Amino acid sequence: MDQILELFFTFIKIGTFTFGGGYAMISMIENNCVENKKWISHEDMMNIAVIAESTPGPIAINCATFVGYKKKGIPGAVAATVGVVIPSFFIICLIAFVLDHFLEITVIANAFCGIKLAVGILILDAAVKMIQKLQKRLFPCVILICAAILMVVIDVCALKISTITMMLSAGCISLFLCFAKELAGRIGEGK
Amino acid sequence: MILLELFFGFLKAGCFSFGGAYAAIPLIRDVVLSYGWMDDEMLTYMIAVSESTPGSLMVNIATYVGASQAGVLGAAVATFAVVLPAFLIVLAVTAILSRIIENKYVQAALDGIKPCIIGIIFSTGVLMIWKNLFGSVSNGGDYRAILITLILGVIYFGSRRVKEKGISPITLIVLAAVCGVIGYEV
Repeated sequence: MDQILELFFTFIKIGTFTFGGGYAMISMIENNCVENKKWISHEDMMNIAVIAESTPGPIAINCATFVGYKKKGIPGAVAATVGVVIPSFFIICLIAFVLDHFLEITVIANAFCGIKLAVGILILDAAVKMIQKLQKRLFPCVILICAAILMVVIDVCALKISTITMMLSAGCISLFLCFAKELAGRIGEGK
Repeated sequence: MILLELFFGFLKAGCFSFGGAYAAIPLIRDVVLSYGWMDDEMLTYMIAVSESTPGSLMVNIATYVGASQAGVLGAAVATFAVVLPAFLIVLAVTAILSRIIENKYVQAALDGIKPCIIGIIFSTGVLMIWKNLFGSVSNGGDYRAILITLILGVIYFGSRRVKEKGISPITLIVLAAVCGVIGYEV
C-alpha cells in the first residue's frame, strides 16, 4: 500500500510540473523514477519510449502506466495514471469555468487574438519536426503528401471524411504493400 | 445524452492519437466540430491554454471540452475516455504482448499510419495559419494578424539559430499575448 501511495504522489508531482507535453515528461520521469527512486532501469525507459511512439495516447499516460505496472502491477498502473492526470484535471476545470468570462474583457480578448496566431505556428512546427525525423523513403513521403493534400481538399470542399478514416486507410495500404512484397518474394523464390 | 457523446467522442480520439500531443489535435478537432461542442476559435484558445498549463495537451483539451459541455462530471468522463485506450494498450503491450510491437505486420501498418498523421498535422497547421491571416476579412486579409504572425515566426525560428533549443512554446504564447494586446489595441 505504501508503495502504491508513493507511486501516486510521485506522479502527482510529475503531473504538476511538466509544462510542454510529452517529451518534457520523459525527462521528468527519467529524473524521478530512474535516477532518484530506481524504480525502473534506464533500459526500461528506452523501451517505454519506443512503446509510447508506437501506441496511441499521450506519452505522459503511456509512461505513467508503464512505470506503475512494472513497479506494482495493475493497482500500481492505476495509481500512477490517475496521479499524473489529477493536477491538470483540476487546473483545467478551474480555467474552463472562468475563461468565457475572461474573454469578455477587451485586453484579454486581444491577448487571445495574438495567442491564436502562435498556436498555428506551434502546430506547423510540430509537423516539420516530425517530417525531419521521418525516414526519407518513397512510400512514407507519398502517404504524407497525399494526406496533406487530402486534408486541404476536405477543408476547401467541406467533405465529410474523418481523419480516422484516412489513418486506417493508410495503415491498410501499407499492410497490403507488405503482403504484396512478400508474395512477390515467394514467387521469385519459386522460380 | 451528452455524457455518452463525450465518452465515445474522446474514446475515438484516444484510440488514434499516434505520435504525441499535436497528433491528437486534428482528431479532437474533428470530434469537437462534428458534435458542435465548440467553434474553431474557442478550440484554438483552448490549445494555447493547454500548452501553457502543466500536463498533457490532449488530456487537458479533453478535460476542458468536457467541463464546458457538462461541468465537472463531463470533464471527468471526457478525461477518462481519452486516457483509457492508452492505459489499456500499454498494459496489454507490457504485460502480455511485449513482442507485438516488433511484429512486422504491426510495423507495416504503423509505417502507413505515421506519415499519414504527419501530413494531417502539417495541413492542420497550414490551414489554421491561412484562416487566421486571410479567413476573417474578405478584403485581402487581416494586416495586423499578418504582421504579428511574421514577428512571432521570425522570433520563434530565429531563436534556434542563436540558442540550440530556441525559445519554448510557452514563451512564444506569452509573446503572442503581448503582441495581441499591443497590436489589436491601437
